[in-house]
Amino acid sequence: MTTLTHLQRLEAESIHIIREVAATCENPVMLYSIGKDSSVMLHLALKAFYPSKLPFPVMHVDTTWKFREMIDFRDKFVVENNLDLIVHINQEGVDAGIGPFTHGSAIHTDVMKTQSLKQALDKYKFDAAFGGARRDEEKSRAKERIFSFRSAQHRWDPKNQRPELWNIYNNRIQKGESMRVFPLSNWTELDIWQYIHLENIPIVPLYLAKKRPVVERDGMLVMVDDDRMPLEPGEEPEMKMVRFRTLGCYPLTGAIESNATTLTEIIQEMLLTTTSERQGRAIDKDANASMEKKKQEGYF
Amino acid sequence: MSEKSYEVHESDRIAADIEGYLKEQEQKSFLRFITCGSVDDGKSTLIGRLLYDSKLIFEDQMAALENDSKKVGTQGGDIDFALLVDGLAAEREQGITIDVAYRFFSTDKRKFIVADTPGHEQYTRNMATGASSADLAVILIDARRGILTQTRRHSFIVNLLGIRHVVVAVNKMDLVDYSKEVFQDIEEKYRAFASHLDFSSISCIPLSALKGDNITDPGLNMRWFKGPTLMSELESTDVSNDKGEKPFRMPVQWVNRPNLDFRGFSGTIASGSIKPGVEVVALPSAKTSKVKSITTYDGDLDVAIADQAVTITLEDEIDISRGDVIAECEHRPETTDQFQAQVIWMHDKPLFPGRPYLIKTANKTITGEVTELKHKINVNSLEHEAGKVLELNEVGVCNFGLDDSIVFDAYKNNAALGSFIMIDKLSNVTVAAGMIDYGLRRATNVHWQAVDVGKAARSEQKRQKPVVLWFTGLSASGKSTIANLIEKKLQVMGKHTYLLDGDNVRHGLNRDLGFVEADRVENIRRVGEVSKLMVDAGLIVLTAFISPFRSERRMVREMLEDHEFVEIFVDTPIEVCEQRDPKGLYKKARAGEIKNFTGFDSPYEEPETAEIHLQMANMKAEDAADAVIAKIEEKYLLN
Repeated sequence: MTTLTHLQRLEAESIHIIREVAATCENPVMLYSIGKDSSVMLHLALKAFYPSKLPFPVMHVDTTWKFREMIDFRDKFVVENNLDLIVHINQEGVDAGIGPFTHGSAIHTDVMKTQSLKQALDKYKFDAAFGGARRDEEKSRAKERIFSFRSAQHRWDPKNQRPELWNIYNNRIQKGESMRVFPLSNWTELDIWQYIHLENIPIVPLYLAKKRPVVERDGMLVMVDDDRMPLEPGEEPEMKMVRFRTLGCYPLTGAIESNATTLTEIIQEMLLTTTSERQGRAIDKDANASMEKKKQEGYF
Repeated sequence: MSEKSYEVHESDRIAADIEGYLKEQEQKSFLRFITCGSVDDGKSTLIGRLLYDSKLIFEDQMAALENDSKKVGTQGGDIDFALLVDGLAAEREQGITIDVAYRFFSTDKRKFIVADTPGHEQYTRNMATGASSADLAVILIDARRGILTQTRRHSFIVNLLGIRHVVVAVNKMDLVDYSKEVFQDIEEKYRAFASHLDFSSISCIPLSALKGDNITDPGLNMRWFKGPTLMSELESTDVSNDKGEKPFRMPVQWVNRPNLDFRGFSGTIASGSIKPGVEVVALPSAKTSKVKSITTYDGDLDVAIADQAVTITLEDEIDISRGDVIAECEHRPETTDQFQAQVIWMHDKPLFPGRPYLIKTANKTITGEVTELKHKINVNSLEHEAGKVLELNEVGVCNFGLDDSIVFDAYKNNAALGSFIMIDKLSNVTVAAGMIDYGLRRATNVHWQAVDVGKAARSEQKRQKPVVLWFTGLSASGKSTIANLIEKKLQVMGKHTYLLDGDNVRHGLNRDLGFVEADRVENIRRVGEVSKLMVDAGLIVLTAFISPFRSERRMVREMLEDHEFVEIFVDTPIEVCEQRDPKGLYKKARAGEIKNFTGFDSPYEEPETAEIHLQMANMKAEDAADAVIAKIEEKYLLN
């Protein structure tokens, strides 16, 4: 071995980033969304510190509308890897009865995800939070730094970012300010899948096709994951072979019809498919450049 | 047509043998490159075209692109590839790229990351940022306009950051009738200019990003061109550097200590390779040991190479912390606290020599300052210019002085150990990027020799704590007298002491120094270093120097450890001093025969944080000596 393959290079770069945070931040946390990117990020963190355990906790911001299989997976994963897990739920949102069916995706996401995350960061006074976002996901992410500065109000200022050179990261902040750190910035969706394949990283079974109860709404296949989902007149859940390309709140995450029941079949299907990843998420369709706006407001 | 067949072939392959396909894909090589050019050169169009031609555009993105092209496109309803890459809403409206954006695409052979940066002069810093992590640069030239000032600027910055491979993309050939003569003229001129720079490969390609000529397909318009297309050049340029063959270096990033039985040093290997059993040195301590294991999550390794992130354990328990460098014994990096570097200034507020900034190198952050701005380099003409400050986007050659030593290699030999950023201490903003040329003192090549008998052992043997009692005050204030009395008393107590007296030192060690400010500073620096050695030897050191400046007293204090420096202010009113005048100096100063005399035409800055303040107006020297001993006995002298 005289040079590294592209996956080995990406792995080493991510480990370097994760270690840098552990070595220089006082109170970091790793955000864990239970999705495939989070799983890869956690796997890299386990590698970064081996044989030590993770020197920081992982935190799941639970909207209470996640797929049940996600929660089961999370709890099992945390035990197996000896992780310190923090689960944060925006109790004010729960008390106000906020949900995607009653309030729509925009309000639900804002209260239960964006506001909830800010609440948690303020509560635990984390000075750095790892996120699993990738630059290839969306145009505004392509310009975000790996160490991304947030004001005390958690705002991202795209026009006023710190230059980031070589692998020397500037994570200095004043009290109250924080860093969002993206170790997977330079990975693409295909890299993620290839790495999961190569390293045998466990993922939530929802990524694999199975017969699941779904209804079709506004051109999106929504899985009926529990009885909180109000069915409209004439709507009848139908058992279909479906899987999910991304995971979020079940009412907001569209399934795709698929027969891919193994990891290699998913990758095969992905390589042959012609729609981009975030299309399955209701959140992106709100307005042009909507992600940029959400990020400025503090969405991860 | 070859495009189509490629696509079909690829899909068949994926459908037929996904496992085999993945195996191959996992072994792909990797290229990070930067594109330099401005909007007018068609840079965004070029990148959009690369993404499009490498089948990276999905159907939904394609639909959005067609939609956007009609709405805000500049191609009269045709597909505007630039819209694929212009990300932020603000830029889209202005029609310019304002920051560094990273794009991803891959072909059968390679995976690519493109740093897309704007090319105007006010974006020099963004280009430097993109170039810092790239192995190759694509420099765009508009065929109609030829080599411009900006072409020279782009090439200079790319060269400054150490990129060795350049592809000159002569774009918009469709607008010069695909003229061979136009292209050849540009190529000739560029090669002549670039012969002054340090590139190891230059490839010139005529193309049209808009029409697709020579991007992935040669096309039919420039049959006279026999060279590769841009894509095949990007796929095949050998950017493998000699990093792997260079001496081993690993800056320690994090000390891995899960329990008492395991002590590992985690970091990313900057150069060379390492195996268990090999002897290594930790710098700056210069302690040596052998590699015991290379520990990873996937098991211990037999060998680790440059760019890998690993954890190393050593045979011996030696003290290593974050910021230290583990290196090959034979070829060690240098250690210095002064160096010359090239600096790209990145902030609105200019760089002022003398102002302290944080300097962050590989894993180490220390305070330092620019001691001298030697000259600026005009990024357009490449000429050297004099200047007092460095403004936004200016490049300068500077001397640096640091509060502590760093371990480094010259940037051109080892970018990971020769690069640093500068951070503003108040705002925490990154204000500059720097590349070290060389260490400034010959002493930098003299490595600190690790010795087995340490300060603690010597101090133990003498049954005393080593300390410096630093007397400061005006001439004739009584410093030497009091210090002398104290030394006698300490002798009686069985203590091992040495008195460094200002006048005596100026007869020997410092006889080359005068009394102007710079010499006074150097006088104190040398006395500080001598005191430090004596403390290391376990001695109680008494010094009697006027030492009028706070900053130099602080400098000595910082050379020593906590509790090793006791500042004693001998506070005698200047009238009393002048009355005593044992050496007749005040008389001479009054007569104007001596210049720079403290208290007259040179200031005395009174201590603000002296450990002991002796108010000598109403105190005898003998009482002052007793008072000092009483004060320090408990805290500083008893072992």
